[in-house]
Amino acid sequence: MSLLIRYAEQSRPSVRFFLDGQAVSALAGDTLLTAVLTVRERLRTTEFTGSPRAGFCMMGACQDCWVQVRRGDGPVQRLRACSTLLEADMSLSTTSAPPPVIAEEPKP
Amino acid sequence: MSQSPLPPVVIGAGPAGIRAAVTLARHGLSPILLDESPRPGGQIYRQPPAGPGQRSASELYGFEAAKATAIHQALAPYADRIDYRPDTLVWNVERGALDLLSNGRTATLAYHSLIFATGATDRVLPMPGWTMPGVFTLGGAQIALKAQGCGIGSTVVFLGTGPLLYLIAYQYAKAGATVAAVLDTSAFGLRIKHLPGLLALPKVLAKGLYYTAWLKAYGVPVYTGITPVRAEGNERVASVIWQDSAGRQQHTACDGLGIGYGLRPETQLADMAGCAFSFNPLDRAWLPDRDSAGRSSLAGVYLAGDGAGITGADAAEVGGERAALALLQDQGATIDPSRVAVLEKRMAAFVRFRTALLQAFPLPAARWAETVSDDLVLCRCEEITAGDLRATVRKDQPRDLNRLKALSRIGMGRCQGRMCGAAAAELLAHQHGCAVNDIARIRPQTPIKPIPIGVTPENTP
Ligand SMILES: Cc1cc2nc3c(=O)[nH]c(=O)nc-3n(C[C@H](O)[C@H](O)[C@H](O)COP(=O)(O)OP(=O)(O)OC[C@H]3O[C@@H](n4cnc5c(N)ncnc54)[C@H](O)[C@@H]3O)c2cc1C
Ligand code: FES
Repeated sequence: MSLLIRYAEQSRPSVRFFLDGQAVSALAGDTLLTAVLTVRERLRTTEFTGSPRAGFCMMGACQDCWVQVRRGDGPVQRLRACSTLLEADMSLSTTSAPPPVIAEEPKP
Repeated sequence: MSQSPLPPVVIGAGPAGIRAAVTLARHGLSPILLDESPRPGGQIYRQPPAGPGQRSASELYGFEAAKATAIHQALAPYADRIDYRPDTLVWNVERGALDLLSNGRTATLAYHSLIFATGATDRVLPMPGWTMPGVFTLGGAQIALKAQGCGIGSTVVFLGTGPLLYLIAYQYAKAGATVAAVLDTSAFGLRIKHLPGLLALPKVLAKGLYYTAWLKAYGVPVYTGITPVRAEGNERVASVIWQDSAGRQQHTACDGLGIGYGLRPETQLADMAGCAFSFNPLDRAWLPDRDSAGRSSLAGVYLAGDGAGITGADAAEVGGERAALALLQDQGATIDPSRVAVLEKRMAAFVRFRTALLQAFPLPAARWAETVSDDLVLCRCEEITAGDLRATVRKDQPRDLNRLKALSRIGMGRCQGRMCGAAAAELLAHQHGCAVNDIARIRPQTPIKPIPIGVTPENTP
């Protein structure tokens, strides 16, 4: 289930990324927040009570949307999901576990 | 003219900052324009990321399409004059220099003259269930639609007060969502009472009436004078419980909820720079002092747009140009007095309109503070509850919001009180039985927004 519903611009090209290790897809021009919330119902859980969160202001004010992101086998970064654009093959985590390094697919 | 050796700096590329920068460039200066966002336009004229499949300006901005396009295109003719730096956050102001963060690098920028055009974000009052997935700010709900083509649900409720409530409901219904209810805490009678002031800008009033009439014509239920009770759901919002104006409890099912009570200006940088502030009872907020031209209490520092008091997008354009003219005049340039007269006359109408609007859609502060239960989470960042705050007040008797912040950590989390500040102030004042202006204001801390760890310092001037 998703939290956000696409109403427009559905013809933007598809972009693959990884959510908790699973391959999923979003659209070019999506923020990390849009990408996650169009496939899931939550973005992260809180440090204090573990309750689910999904961002709030979408304009960089509430800071409720910081997520862990990894590009390739690089280090884990914390990024603000509502103001960071999705890049192909990013690995994101919606839990406190760091996002996994995604193994290269064997070439056919 | 005695030109200052450093170029003037404008912070914010919304309608106010863009008009300010263009006005400076037209008069021969070469301003630096800094903005956190990747593309110019600010909040109302925010642009989706560039790329294929974008909607047209009229699809994105409706009645405001022409104004939006004009703002987006305003910088291009001055590309060689205006040093426009998108993706650049100003996170500190200290001793005549700004600290910037851009593409993972920090830098400092010295200034002699500065225009703050930092705009505004939603003002919220917490309600039980407001941290659940599916609950967003009203402005956030609009940004999802405008900048991402997404809605916060398929059956949505908008709750709070202010003109944006109706605009956003209209935009969602037009996009294809079911708007299950528009729930306004302000009584309808207030709109009638303040109609004379709202007539200061008949065209803006007409647009507001058009949205309301449209919602009615399309069968969207609109209720005024309501009291929010709570949002319910199992790990995501599923319904809103509220009281109608007759005090009856109502239940509206939804899968998305937008809440907002007007806007709050982004004043942290002006505060750090040392601008004097006064409490404004209409906004129920502390605003930087300014004269009718936008001069702050500090020489060389000017204020424009919603960042200095919520007056709307058209006023932001006028205020940006007026502040730039004040800066030019103060640096010894000759400016056109007839233009100044036109701008000041227009601004006076905006101020009359703003005054009526804020009275027609007030923050329901007193009722909120009276009814808040101890288990309500006030601070989203650190999950501090109303009960925590009340316990701190009982134990240590903090008189002032900053003392309360030090003791309870309210307003100290990542958002620096942007989301909980209004609530904390109202609750502390209520506990002491004093006016909200008697408990001081939360002072900003550097950095004004969190900086990702691992950024590279760089000392380019
Ligand atoms: C979501 C939303 C929707 C709105 N819709 C309407 C509407 O329909 N009609 C209307 O009249 N008004 C609307 N408003 C009010 C709106 O804010 C103003 O009318 C208008 O955008 C004000 O223009 P401005 O130039 O003062 O500020 P803004 O347009 O808010 O621009 C401020 C700019 O400053 C930048 N900025 C702020 N702080 C920093 C910093 N520290 N470092 C770098 N850059 C910074 C921001 O990124 C932003 O681009 C809306 C507001 C919001 C939040
Ligand atoms: S959702 Fe508020 S900062 Fe990202």
